[in-house]
Amino acid sequence: MHGGTLGEGRERSVLEGGAVGGASLRPLRRAARARGRQASAVNILRPVDLRRTSLYPQHVELGAKIVPFAGWEMPVTYEGIREEHSAVRTHVGMFDVSHMGEVEVEGPGALAFLQLMLSNDVARIEVGGAQYSCLCQEDGGVIDDLFVYRLGGDRYLVVTNASNHEIDLAWLGRWSRDLDVSVRDVAERYAMLAVQGPHARAVLGRALGVELPPRMRVSPVRVGRRPALACGTGYTGEDGVELLLDPEVAPPIWAELLDAGVVPCGLGARDTLRLEVCFPLHGHELSPERNPIEAGLGWCCVESTGFLGSEVVARARAEATAERLAPFLIEGAGIPRDGNPVLVGEETVGVVTSGTFSPSLERGAGLAYVRADLAEPDTELEIDVRGKRRAARVASKPLYRKAS
Amino acid sequence: MSEANYPDDLRYHDQHDWVRLEGDEHAFFGITWYAQDSLGEVVFYDPPELGATIDKDASYAEVESVKAVSDVIAPMSGEIVEVNDVLEDAPETINGDPYGEGWLVKVRLTAPREAEGLLDAGEYRKLLEG
Repeated sequence: MHGGTLGEGRERSVLEGGAVGGASLRPLRRAARARGRQASAVNILRPVDLRRTSLYPQHVELGAKIVPFAGWEMPVTYEGIREEHSAVRTHVGMFDVSHMGEVEVEGPGALAFLQLMLSNDVARIEVGGAQYSCLCQEDGGVIDDLFVYRLGGDRYLVVTNASNHEIDLAWLGRWSRDLDVSVRDVAERYAMLAVQGPHARAVLGRALGVELPPRMRVSPVRVGRRPALACGTGYTGEDGVELLLDPEVAPPIWAELLDAGVVPCGLGARDTLRLEVCFPLHGHELSPERNPIEAGLGWCCVESTGFLGSEVVARARAEATAERLAPFLIEGAGIPRDGNPVLVGEETVGVVTSGTFSPSLERGAGLAYVRADLAEPDTELEIDVRGKRRAARVASKPLYRKAS
Repeated sequence: MSEANYPDDLRYHDQHDWVRLEGDEHAFFGITWYAQDSLGEVVFYDPPELGATIDKDASYAEVESVKAVSDVIAPMSGEIVEVNDVLEDAPETINGDPYGEGWLVKVRLTAPREAEGLLDAGEYRKLLEG
C-alpha cells in the first residue's frame, strides 16, 4: 500500500508527528487506484525525483506502507507503529535509514575546520569516537544537527539529515575553501541500518560475528566481506548500533537479521521513539530560526571553541531566551499535533513542534516552544487541538524513562 | 487485522463510510475496512456529542492513528442518538471489527431518502479498484 492518509504530498507529516489537522480520508481514493494496479501504479504516482534505498525491494516485499520523505520513498510502518515501537523498547528492531547523508572531511586542516563549523568541542573526539553537534549559522540558527565520527587522525565522517544533506554540503564547501581540508559527499557509498533495542548488540554481534563498539564509539567492521562502520549511536533512547555499510550488502544482512527475529521498523516508530526521549528533529524543534540554547541543546555547545555562531549562542546562554522547548503530556483525551497552539487562559504562549500518541505512555505527548517562564515541569498548559482545548502539563526530560 | 471485506447488507459513501439502516428512521455509521487499513491502528476516536446534528458529506467525528488524523464524513444527515462507548477505551476495535463492534454512531435520520444516493457493496468495491 502506497500513499494513503500519510502520503500525497504530505510527507512532512510522516516522520514529523503529523501536522495533518483537517486531513480527511479523501486521499485514500487515489491510493486505492495505486493498490489496484500494484507496482506499476507506484511509478505513475511517484514524482520522478524520489529516490529509493538499496533496501526498497525488501520493504515492498514485507508490505510496508511507503511514503515520500525528504526526497526518498521510505517505509513508514510494516505491521503497525505501536508494535514496532514496542519491539525496540523491549527487544530489538531495525530501521533502514539509508536516506541519511554522509560527508567525509579530511586533511591537515580537518580539526580546525570542524571546530569552526560545529558547536561541540571537536578536539575532544578521539580516533574511534563519536560526538553530537549542531551546525550553526553566524546568527546561531541551526542548519542541521548531526553526528561526527573520527575515523582517523585527520579524517572525520559527518552524518547529515536527508533533507539537509545538500544544504550542509554547500555550507561546508563554502567555508572550507581557503582551508587545508577536503569535503566530500560520500552519501552514495553508504547504506545505513539502525539496529536498536536492549537485544540489539547481542543479535547484531552474533549475525556479524564481530565485536561491536560501545556507546559513542565507532569501529571498522566487515559486513558481507565489505568494509563497514559500526557506530554505537542511535535515535531511539535504547542501546543499539548504527551500521554504515555498502548498499549492496544491506539486503543480505537485512534478511539475516529478519531471520534472527529483528523486527523491521519504519519512520513512524522512529519518530515516536525519539519523541518519547525528547530527541529533537530538524525542521521541527530545530531550524535556522532557532538557536541551540532555546532548543535545550546547550550541552552540545562549547562556545570557547569559537565556532560559527558561538557569540550568539554565548549570549543566549547568558541572558536566557524568550522561549524554551518544553516536553509535555496531555492529561486526558486528545493527541497533539505539530503546529497546534499552546495556550494559558486566552493567551497563546507557544506552539507544538512535534506531537503524537506515545505508545509507551499511551497518551498524547509532544514538544513545544513556550514562553521561558512556562517551560518548568508541572506547569499547566492547554493545547488547541483543531479547536478543542486539551489539558496538558509540562514534564521533565525524557518523557519516557525505562523502569529500572 | 482482518482481510479486506465489504458486506453486501451495508450501504457505502465514497468517503469510505458505511451505513447500516435500522428500520426507516435509524442507522449505524462506521468506517470501511479500507479506511481503517489505510489509517493504521486507531489510537483515538473523538465522537460527536449526543444530540448533535450532522449533515451528509460533512465531517462529524475524527479518528486518529499514531501518525495521522482523519475526519469522518457523514454518509447521511441526522441527529446523533448513540455513540459507541467501547471505542473510548478500545479505539482499536475499529480496526479489528470495523462493521461490528467498531461502529461509530447511531443516528436518527432526518433525510432517509439520502440512502438512495449511496453505493452498494459492489459499487464501492469498484470505486476502490478505480
